[in-house]
Amino acid sequence: MSISEEILRKDEKAIMRLRALYEQYGYKKYKMNKFEEYDFYVENKSFLKSENIITFNDLSGKLLALKPDVTLSIVKNTNGIDKLYYNESVYRVENGEYRESMQVGLEYIGDIDLYSLSEVIGLAQKSLEIISDKHILDISHIGIVAGLLDVTGLSHIKKEQISKCISEKNAHQIKKICDDNEVCADISDKIIALASIYGPFDKALEAAKSLVVNETTKNAVDELESLYCILKATGSDKNINLDFSIINDMNYYNGIIFQGFTEGIFSVVLSGGRYDKLLHKLGKGSGAIGFAVHVDLLERYDAYEKPYDTDILIIYNDNADYSILALEVKKLTDNNESVRVQKGNAGKIKAKKTFIFDGRGLREN
Amino acid sequence: MKDLINIALPKGRLGEKAYNIFENLGYGCPSIHENNRKLIFENEENGVRYFWAKPSDVAIYVERGAADIGIVGKDILLEYSPDVYELFDLGIGKCRMAVAGIKGEHESTEKTLRVATKFPNIAKEYYRKKSREIDIIKLNGSIEIAPILKMSDVIVDIVETGKTLIENNLEPYEDIVDISARFISNKVSYKFKNEKIEEILNRMRTELSK
Repeated sequence: MSISEEILRKDEKAIMRLRALYEQYGYKKYKMNKFEEYDFYVENKSFLKSENIITFNDLSGKLLALKPDVTLSIVKNTNGIDKLYYNESVYRVENGEYRESMQVGLEYIGDIDLYSLSEVIGLAQKSLEIISDKHILDISHIGIVAGLLDVTGLSHIKKEQISKCISEKNAHQIKKICDDNEVCADISDKIIALASIYGPFDKALEAAKSLVVNETTKNAVDELESLYCILKATGSDKNINLDFSIINDMNYYNGIIFQGFTEGIFSVVLSGGRYDKLLHKLGKGSGAIGFAVHVDLLERYDAYEKPYDTDILIIYNDNADYSILALEVKKLTDNNESVRVQKGNAGKIKAKKTFIFDGRGLREN
Repeated sequence: MKDLINIALPKGRLGEKAYNIFENLGYGCPSIHENNRKLIFENEENGVRYFWAKPSDVAIYVERGAADIGIVGKDILLEYSPDVYELFDLGIGKCRMAVAGIKGEHESTEKTLRVATKFPNIAKEYYRKKSREIDIIKLNGSIEIAPILKMSDVIVDIVETGKTLIENNLEPYEDIVDISARFISNKVSYKFKNEKIEEILNRMRTELSK
């Protein structure tokens, strides 16, 4: 029996194609346990987006958790160099309720250089391509944001407030906070410009160059420029924009962070970044970069809803000859049709064709 | 049809003012002036589709992408913290969020403060920063009655002219934050309809900063 892709939902198809893509680039699948010891998450709470974790006791009374995140578990078990991908459920709070959601993701752990950076960004972009023709990958660099905030000389709390405004592209509020705290106009203008930058990689990069104020920002812009050159060389610079309003926890992430979007889905479909700091925190010497695709968002593509529940619906009643009925069904399924046999009436089933089995043969309805 | 920009406007005076601004910028939609109960209006020529929503729902429509952009009061943004871009302060619908209470009295610091409000999150945040213990009483309207009937010690509400307060023998004690109308955008729409949204934003910036 040959299997047609038609029976797969959009998200199931995407999972298979993403896996094939990562295998093609030599990444190995990592299958993990559903549970993790709760203490592990307590120590690394701020890496997780939410503190709400589903916990329960194992048979010996130890507190376990349903994993809210995959990256942490992978990093914990790595020893230096790994290229891995996974396809796992995570359990998180969304809109005030626990939800199970499927993630397909990839982690590159080891000595991260420009080549590995460009490979992972390239794979993120290809992953989006698999999901939809209309996609955008937005890239930011923590160094630019952090470097600019550093020269303001403001307290941690004030910097956080400005960070939040940057993530909202809220120029008027950045201006207000800077003015209230006597940040010089040149710097506040640069922060506002940073929040407002949005556009194709090459153009936006030119704009970002004028924001260099210290070594951190300089290194960040240089890294983006080198990355751009590599991506351009293979023609994979399309649909990549720079957007410095992407903000992520600076205690774990460093360097490049990114988010992917596809038209019609009003959430972040793909998110990732470089997280050397998490590895250092867990006592590993190397660096890491990775991303996750939130595949269950794809069910929102309603264009893929099937117009029919089945090709053929057969209605029969009590006095039918079941052997003849079974034969009729076999004939049809052998012919690769999907057949639903039902007693009494059709109910709410939508079929391309409906037949009544009148005891001896099929009669079209 | 697909390329229209969906704009959510808050029903009421603020929304009408905001629509007039859009119209002046060249995004008019004449059918909106027809006197009927329709909620959605579109003008393909100008590439816009407007709809009227309850002010507190505008942020939800924009966050979920049903509207690409919207006009909403800062009070709503502070109260619901939607995940959207706040791109511009229109400077219209100006008022302030304030603590108010019975005229001539003051906030007692000796006991848990009973706060009546339509904006529980703003009130909680404000008093958390002051380390005050409070008892929030969430109401949906006519907040001024609460202190008069001694149900609450103070109210946290929007004060525009202060007239309603005076007429009910109340007065503002402290200002919490200035409020005005903001131009917000859905984060994903901003990316896929960037040119059009930036065009509207730039025209608005030029026009309103004159």
